[in-house]
Amino acid sequence: MKKHRRKYVNALMLALFSIATLIALVPLFGVLGYVFKNGVMDVNLKFFLDLPVPMGMTGGGMANAIVGTLILIAIASVLGIPIGILAAIYLTEYDRLSWFSTLIRFTTDVLTGIPSIIIGIVVYTAIVVKMKHFSAFSGGIALAIIMIPVVIRSTEEMLKLVPHTIREAGYALGIPRWRTIIQIVLPTAAKGIVTGSMLAVARVAGETAPLLFTALGNQYWAHNLNQPIAALPLSIYEYATSPYKQWHEQAWAGSLVLIFLVIILNATARLAFRTRNN
Amino acid sequence: MNKQDKVRTRTAIGDLTLRLLTLGMALVVVGLMIWIGWQMYVSSQESIAKFGWSFLTNRVWDPVKENFGALPFIYGTLVSSLIALALAGPIGVGVAIFLNEMASRKVRSVISFLVELLAAIPSVVYGLWAIFILAPMLRNSVEPWLNKHLGFIPLFQGSPVGLGMLAGGLILAIMILPTIAAISREVMAAVPNTQREAALALGATKWEMIRIAVLAYSKSGILGGVMLGLGRALGETMAVTMVIGNRPDILPSLFAPAYSMAAVIANEFTEATYSLYLSSLVEIGLILFAITLVLNALARLLVWSVSRGPKGGQLV
Repeated sequence: MKKHRRKYVNALMLALFSIATLIALVPLFGVLGYVFKNGVMDVNLKFFLDLPVPMGMTGGGMANAIVGTLILIAIASVLGIPIGILAAIYLTEYDRLSWFSTLIRFTTDVLTGIPSIIIGIVVYTAIVVKMKHFSAFSGGIALAIIMIPVVIRSTEEMLKLVPHTIREAGYALGIPRWRTIIQIVLPTAAKGIVTGSMLAVARVAGETAPLLFTALGNQYWAHNLNQPIAALPLSIYEYATSPYKQWHEQAWAGSLVLIFLVIILNATARLAFRTRNN
Repeated sequence: MNKQDKVRTRTAIGDLTLRLLTLGMALVVVGLMIWIGWQMYVSSQESIAKFGWSFLTNRVWDPVKENFGALPFIYGTLVSSLIALALAGPIGVGVAIFLNEMASRKVRSVISFLVELLAAIPSVVYGLWAIFILAPMLRNSVEPWLNKHLGFIPLFQGSPVGLGMLAGGLILAIMILPTIAAISREVMAAVPNTQREAALALGATKWEMIRIAVLAYSKSGILGGVMLGLGRALGETMAVTMVIGNRPDILPSLFAPAYSMAAVIANEFTEATYSLYLSSLVEIGLILFAITLVLNALARLLVWSVSRGPKGGQLV
């Protein structure tokens, strides 16, 4: 009898794990399904080309928010990706084992877990207050701070995959260490580094909280980086929490565009990395 | 100086430059961390000086009377995160076991990609979905059902509102599930196969093998993963702000509106009209920072100790 009981328990537990996996996928398809269903009607050419219109008028798009998001991502990438890659070079090429590099790795991991709204507060008190106005620039800095630890960890993983024999071959030819790193090690890991950076971009593309008190949002076009700028996640937030049905529809459409952007970045990065590994 | 010396000097300068440049960028990380803590500490001085420790225990949040206490927000953050943990913890570990121990290679790569997608959906989109789909569902069917069958527990009393603590907890559960699943899977993957084979060789069923060999071996890492999930739940802002109801009260019912630390910062920061108000909001941020910092540090130590260590590896 005991033997049978063990079999039943086994079957029950394995069934539970499978059910847990199914349950986990329900919200994914729920969210994707509803965003597609409610958003697809309003995503048209006007949505990409027009500015938002005041309440009560029909039509209007999110052109400024889409461009704003792209500008913010560009600022964040220009600041965050080089810092991240250089820091990762230090951790793999110059100092892999000491307590100091362990401390840096640890701090990097912990920094990843700091809530993004905290970054928003800090950038506000340190930069927005000093400059006396909200700006695209401060929003980009906030996003860059979120990107840096992500870029460091992914680049580090990629640099570690570069075989030591390649570095040794460089040294044997009399090439200085710095040139070996820049001209041999980095190009070898280039694909992986690009993948990691794309994932970091995807991570910040949908961030809203750090932009609330930095980029602020803008109904119109921002003419320079010292002005408040619109961003897709900010517009979705504003429209979703408004009482107007027409704005709700715009929020669904904006979400569809944002999800599409994030998923394309993610899927491309993962697929590129996977083919590389096989 | 002959030619050889020149080359040697140039090499030395190049090496030193790159080394110092990369070192400087690595120090940026530590600098950022210190800067974040310092900046928040300085900006919350006014509130700290005025309220002292009573800030943590004061239940009143009244900007008109200049009386600020963080307790309702701490309560809302903790309760919503615990709901999320209670739901996402078991399911996340279940997903990790399914992927690591049961699924075939093909199924695993598809499902782990889907779970990664769940993590990639922006918070604000979850919030939108929760306002218009999840909350009405809670209001019309889930909450009345809970009230009817479990209504003798104070948690499930009161009128079904939809937007409230339960909605906040549920949306957080969805958002932290991928974190828990991914970290648990990572530590389970680090269990040596010999452990599994030894258990199977002793006649264990698959579940017994998972329990004896896999879970026993990786439990502190799984705990670390759950703590990382909790850290994410505590600091999650947008989705919670959109559905938790935003009312600074401590009520026993899970259906009732509540407020969280991140949500009050998101809602009131740009409306804080005088410096004590702003300073109090920053102090709430400082508390949140301190909690997530400690939690993340402990969790990382646990995960590191099981799966990978600091990942140094041999230098050339």
